[in-house]
Amino acid sequence: MKLQEYTESKHNFEECMKCTVCTAYCPVLQVNPLYPGPKQAGPDGERLRLKDPFFFNKALKYCLNCKRCEVACPSGVNVADLIQSARIKYDHTPPKLRDQLLASTDFMGKLARPFAPIVNGVTGLGVTKTALDWTLAIDHRRSFPKYSGRSFESWLKHRRKEQAAFPEQVAYFHGCYVNYNYPQLGKDLVKVLNALGVGVQLLEKEKCCGIAMITNGMSAQATKHAVHNVEQLRQAVVDKGLKVVTTSSTCTFTLRDEYPHLLGVDNASVRESLLLATRFIYEKLEKGATLRFKPDFHKKVAYHTPCHMEKMGWGIFSEKLLSMIPGVEFTLLDSNCCGIAGTYGFKKENYEVSQAIGEPLFAQIRSVNPDVVACDCETCKWQIEMSTGYTVMNPISILAEAIES
Amino acid sequence: MKFDSVIVGGGLSGMVAGIALQKAGQSTAIISTGQNALHFFSGTFESLLSPDKRIQTLFSEAGVRLHYSPGVRLTPMGTFREAALSLEDIDLFPTPQFARKVLIVNFLGYHDFFSSFLADGLEKQGMQCRVRFLNLPELEKLEQSPSEMRSVQIARTMDRIWEKVVQEIRVLLKDEDAVVLPQVFGLQDFSVPTRIRQGIPARVIFAGTLPPSVPGIRTQILLKRRYQLLGGSYLMGDEVTRAHIHDGVVHSVVTKNLEQHYIEASHFILATGGYFSKGLVANPFQVYEPVFGLDVDFKEDRNEWYNPAFAQDQPYMHFGVKTDASLRALKDGRPLENLYAVGSVLGQTRPEFGSAAGQAILTALAAADKILGL
Repeated sequence: MKLQEYTESKHNFEECMKCTVCTAYCPVLQVNPLYPGPKQAGPDGERLRLKDPFFFNKALKYCLNCKRCEVACPSGVNVADLIQSARIKYDHTPPKLRDQLLASTDFMGKLARPFAPIVNGVTGLGVTKTALDWTLAIDHRRSFPKYSGRSFESWLKHRRKEQAAFPEQVAYFHGCYVNYNYPQLGKDLVKVLNALGVGVQLLEKEKCCGIAMITNGMSAQATKHAVHNVEQLRQAVVDKGLKVVTTSSTCTFTLRDEYPHLLGVDNASVRESLLLATRFIYEKLEKGATLRFKPDFHKKVAYHTPCHMEKMGWGIFSEKLLSMIPGVEFTLLDSNCCGIAGTYGFKKENYEVSQAIGEPLFAQIRSVNPDVVACDCETCKWQIEMSTGYTVMNPISILAEAIES
Repeated sequence: MKFDSVIVGGGLSGMVAGIALQKAGQSTAIISTGQNALHFFSGTFESLLSPDKRIQTLFSEAGVRLHYSPGVRLTPMGTFREAALSLEDIDLFPTPQFARKVLIVNFLGYHDFFSSFLADGLEKQGMQCRVRFLNLPELEKLEQSPSEMRSVQIARTMDRIWEKVVQEIRVLLKDEDAVVLPQVFGLQDFSVPTRIRQGIPARVIFAGTLPPSVPGIRTQILLKRRYQLLGGSYLMGDEVTRAHIHDGVVHSVVTKNLEQHYIEASHFILATGGYFSKGLVANPFQVYEPVFGLDVDFKEDRNEWYNPAFAQDQPYMHFGVKTDASLRALKDGRPLENLYAVGSVLGQTRPEFGSAAGQAILTALAAADKILGL
């Protein structure tokens, strides 16, 4: 008899035995005394909130949604899901204009891309940063990701025929960052997959995964994106029988886990076929595929596991892939949050906290002194580059650089 | 993915086994469902009563310094227990009376350190005690969320302001020859406990707090770092959901995070711990082992699980996975050829003596030796 079926609570919160282990691994609690901490904000608070929504505490907004409490929990409580679900359920404060702008990454991308050189110039100016700080409370010390003049989608569309010629095909959920800010990562992926005999297709029409909307109080919009994206993925996976690869750990995590857990959007038909490219490539190599590496490649690489990668448990594929490149001197950095957490660190009120959270990681990077930091998350990349001056590359880009073209 | 050995469970036992195997040149992975019982570690290996060079070397190579000096240790409740081997910052005394006069120092607002229990206990041993509270503005910040005034949060502050604490204690100190402080030092800066001892002109003793245990977390960090430096793959926050077993041999395991990507190995070690970490699960009818469905030694009659005298030896603490003499786990009465059970999942031999940590290490090393054919 399975007793748990009759007693299982939402997000498993009844399993919490108050051991306090999560509080030792919460990066926010270490630097922000206004945050009640994962145990209090999660399972402890849930008990009270179920009794009366009056007990909802607005300080839950300080949660980064990094999921480190869940990774640490010995009892399988989905602490961060409890916290984010409570925000969705009880916090009806309309998001500020700033939060809406920060969260609308594909909308902003569409707007900015045609004017990329101007936008990039303007957002880099001190005067713009000051103005954004005053008007929107976007911290003036932040550097902004640059926009690319040509979108990745348009680049790949021009290569549709050439890609279709490969014997094996995958679809690529590129995400906003690759499309508007850094198409080079997408091109690197195409290079590596082509070298493995795999052609790359776009989905019919992807939208932003919506993670920034979830954390910025725009769950209704996020749900619309989720429903749209799941349908797009379904067409690729179920109708065309394709695997869908990704290069962003957070997009992947959102599509696979946040959709069903936080937004209640069922993705069961596509979840198994949605893979980070590092996992897809590792599995191909494990089955006997080979890549031709440059004989004179040399790089000292330090790998940072992004929080959502830690939660998914797939960092191992990036680690193994990087370590197998001849000429790579590999270091695994300690498990620490970089502090940016998507849009969190861009907000003026979070800047100091964000930098303080990241400091142990930055200090370790400086002491390892690698040629490049590897990481599968774009916002970690901005944060680490801005805070340490070291270049950060997706493992796929390092792989692309290491193979013969 | 294929490894020489895969260890299910990432606590003390799992990490010791992993380090021993990596050191011998194997490729291994540790799969750990969240953090482990080291977060409740007293800092003393109470059941290891004889000196063991191998254990001390293994720990010191990881940066965890141990000292061997048979005697007693001070518990957080002010009582004393026999012990011989402990972390360097946890004192062991030849006899309970370690001083004439003792100054017990706590921090205002910190409720997880039982200074008056300690004072009562020490006075019973004939030591005069004075309890004082330090009121530090640096800790007031933490008090804004009173539920989070915990050992780890304080330890993070102490890594920065320990010199100030030393100065304040020097002012408080009268004619006491010993100072007792909560174990909230040296979480990230491991040199802090030693430097505090050097700064205070009396014997400094660090006594246990409610969890999380700061010396325990430090030990966890260092052992995990050592394991990864040796090339081990530590899969934190993952959980084995199923195993593929054919003809008495475990071929691979399936995990919650990696799903269809099975993890294969020539040898497996089960180090999932006791009831706390769900290495053993009890329901109203039975005690079972959830990962491999192994045979568990427990009493059929549920009334025999407990001793109504709460503080007495509890039979359920002794329940555990059955093995053969080589620690190979039994399933349906027969040993699985390549699965070894270690640590608290075996049930505790002497729970009343705090046997868990010592048992975790000894069985882990024994299983590693079997795998290596030593």
